[in-house]
Amino acid sequence: MQSFTYERAASAEQAAAAVAAQPDAKFISGGTNLLDLMKLEIERPAHLVDISRLPLDRIEETAAGGLRVGAQVRNSDLAADPRVRSRYPMLTQALLAGASGQIRNKASTSGNLLQRTRCPYFYDRNMPCNKREQGSGCAALQGFNRTHAVLGASEACIAVHPSDMAVAMAGLDARIETISPGGETRTIPIGDLHRLPEATPHVETVLGHGEMIAAVTLPPPPPGRQVYRKVRDRASYAFALVSVAAIVEKSGDRIRSARIAMGGVAARPWRATEAERTLAGAVASDGAFTDAAEAALAGAVGHGGNDFKIPLAKRTMRHTLAAAVESA
Amino acid sequence: MAETDYRNGPTRRAVLEGGVATGVLLATSIPAYAEPAGAVSAAASAAPAPTMPMTLRINAKDLSVELDPRTTLLDALRNHLGLTGSKKGCDHGQCGACTVLVDGRRINSCLTLAAMHEGDEITTVEGLAVGDRLHPVQAAFVARDGFQCGYCTPGQICSAVGMLGEARAGWPSHASADVAAASVALTDAEIRERMSGNICRCAAYPNIVAAIRDAAEGA
Ligand SMILES: Cc1cc2nc3c(=O)[nH]c(=O)nc-3n(C[C@H](O)[C@H](O)[C@H](O)COP(=O)(O)OP(=O)(O)OC[C@H]3O[C@@H](n4cnc5c(N)ncnc54)[C@H](O)[C@@H]3O)c2cc1C
Ligand code: SF4
Ligand code: FES
Ligand code: FES
Repeated sequence: MQSFTYERAASAEQAAAAVAAQPDAKFISGGTNLLDLMKLEIERPAHLVDISRLPLDRIEETAAGGLRVGAQVRNSDLAADPRVRSRYPMLTQALLAGASGQIRNKASTSGNLLQRTRCPYFYDRNMPCNKREQGSGCAALQGFNRTHAVLGASEACIAVHPSDMAVAMAGLDARIETISPGGETRTIPIGDLHRLPEATPHVETVLGHGEMIAAVTLPPPPPGRQVYRKVRDRASYAFALVSVAAIVEKSGDRIRSARIAMGGVAARPWRATEAERTLAGAVASDGAFTDAAEAALAGAVGHGGNDFKIPLAKRTMRHTLAAAVESA
Repeated sequence: MAETDYRNGPTRRAVLEGGVATGVLLATSIPAYAEPAGAVSAAASAAPAPTMPMTLRINAKDLSVELDPRTTLLDALRNHLGLTGSKKGCDHGQCGACTVLVDGRRINSCLTLAAMHEGDEITTVEGLAVGDRLHPVQAAFVARDGFQCGYCTPGQICSAVGMLGEARAGWPSHASADVAAASVALTDAEIRERMSGNICRCAAYPNIVAAIRDAAEGA
């Protein structure tokens, strides 16, 4: 690990200013992703601003009937909150499908959103990787790429975003609140937080240097039954190959509305809007779920090792939609 | 991690690693003596990184130490405070051997900085027993033979203590059919899922699950 200086932030504004003041400074929250990468010298901050003690650890009701989740709420506390369990069960399911009990006790809401890819070449400093070292190439394109993206990738990078939580939040239309060094705040729809790789995979989000996530707001729960399903190589403690978060609202035999997000397929939690359009007004049936799955993966491109993800994502979507409808 | 270790007790590992370190010193001292005087300042600038004073509250004792900011909580415990019960398996959050309790919650001590835990109540496996009376989870591991080589055991025990608290508080898991249910029945499937962050290379899992089941029922 490269050496760095450390300070404990006094307030959100002071933390943002402290990071903005140094080009190589970073926020540290739970540290479960950042320290992992610092040990391998993939991340090399010269200064760490510890935001883990800031009073951003509350989950509050919003006037609109939703919840405002502070950036420092731990993944385990968010998953266990009775309001989340009853009103946003797929968020609890997604959180509990990720990492381990120990990691969830440390991982924060903001750190989870901003965790970096698990692409093995990103982790291997002997290999070319445009995300780690701009312009060096992408070893995954012709290499071991069974865990990589089938949607929204580019010639420069085919990595996926590894978060489960973010997939459920994308399905719930969460909004990200940030605070900047001058104290200004802004709100970013979760679908706009992460950038697709295009030619600059090292730029992963729309956040500026020193811009700090303060909270995530969940709108009131949409009508319909929520289900999160994750498919992985082991039954526990493994990242998603593919995951689907779905909310399906029925009216009689028909589907009134559906919201669907996919994980493990792209550099951001992937909202399947074409599939949602296909389902709206359709009779709830395996035929409709198949059409939705085909629509969702219509633009998918495999890279050899990950070709299996395309049929796997379709099957996972059909089964998740069926599960959401069954008990709707 | 490249950092200076100040060990308290003559553990077997300290003796082994001390031997290696001596070898390195001897090897590097030869060119150092041969270099011109101008090289001395370059050597001096590679001196140990500046340290930070901090007080950590571990097993109900306040311990003051000076540490490089890079020091993880695990390295602080093992290398600076003589508490070698917590083990280093992977150093990357993947195995659970380093699990300790911070304010009663289980975490991986390898993925956090010591400096981030000033003011917290830290409990390691050394702090679970009361005098000669083992913690019920420790006693259950002994009674059920919940280990073979024992390397993962301190982490398993600390993790189980934290996990049983989570289950008592009604926290659901990935194995729970209804995440909104108010209480948890700790079936074997629940225990296995909740303990999946602790890997046992000897695969003593059946006895680990049995020990935790006993401890849960006794509690
Ligand atoms: C063994 C292992 C298995 C895992 N399995 C899974 C899994 O199955 N599913 C899953 O989803 N995740 C998994 N994870 C990842 C885990 O969820 C993340 O490590 C965790 O959520 C990161 O949160 P943190 O608070 O520790 O982030 P940190 O490591 O503290 O920070 C991560 C990044 O976010 C930045 N950051 C943090 N907070 C803010 C803020 N408020 N504003 C701006 N920037 C900020 C930091 O600067 C850093 O760049 C796993 C991790 C490990 C080690
Ligand atoms: S897929 Fe992206 S992260 Fe992986 S090697 Fe290619 S550029 Fe790097
Ligand atoms: S040593 Fe910490 S999890 Fe393996
Ligand atoms: S008893 Fe040997 S690793 Fe678990």
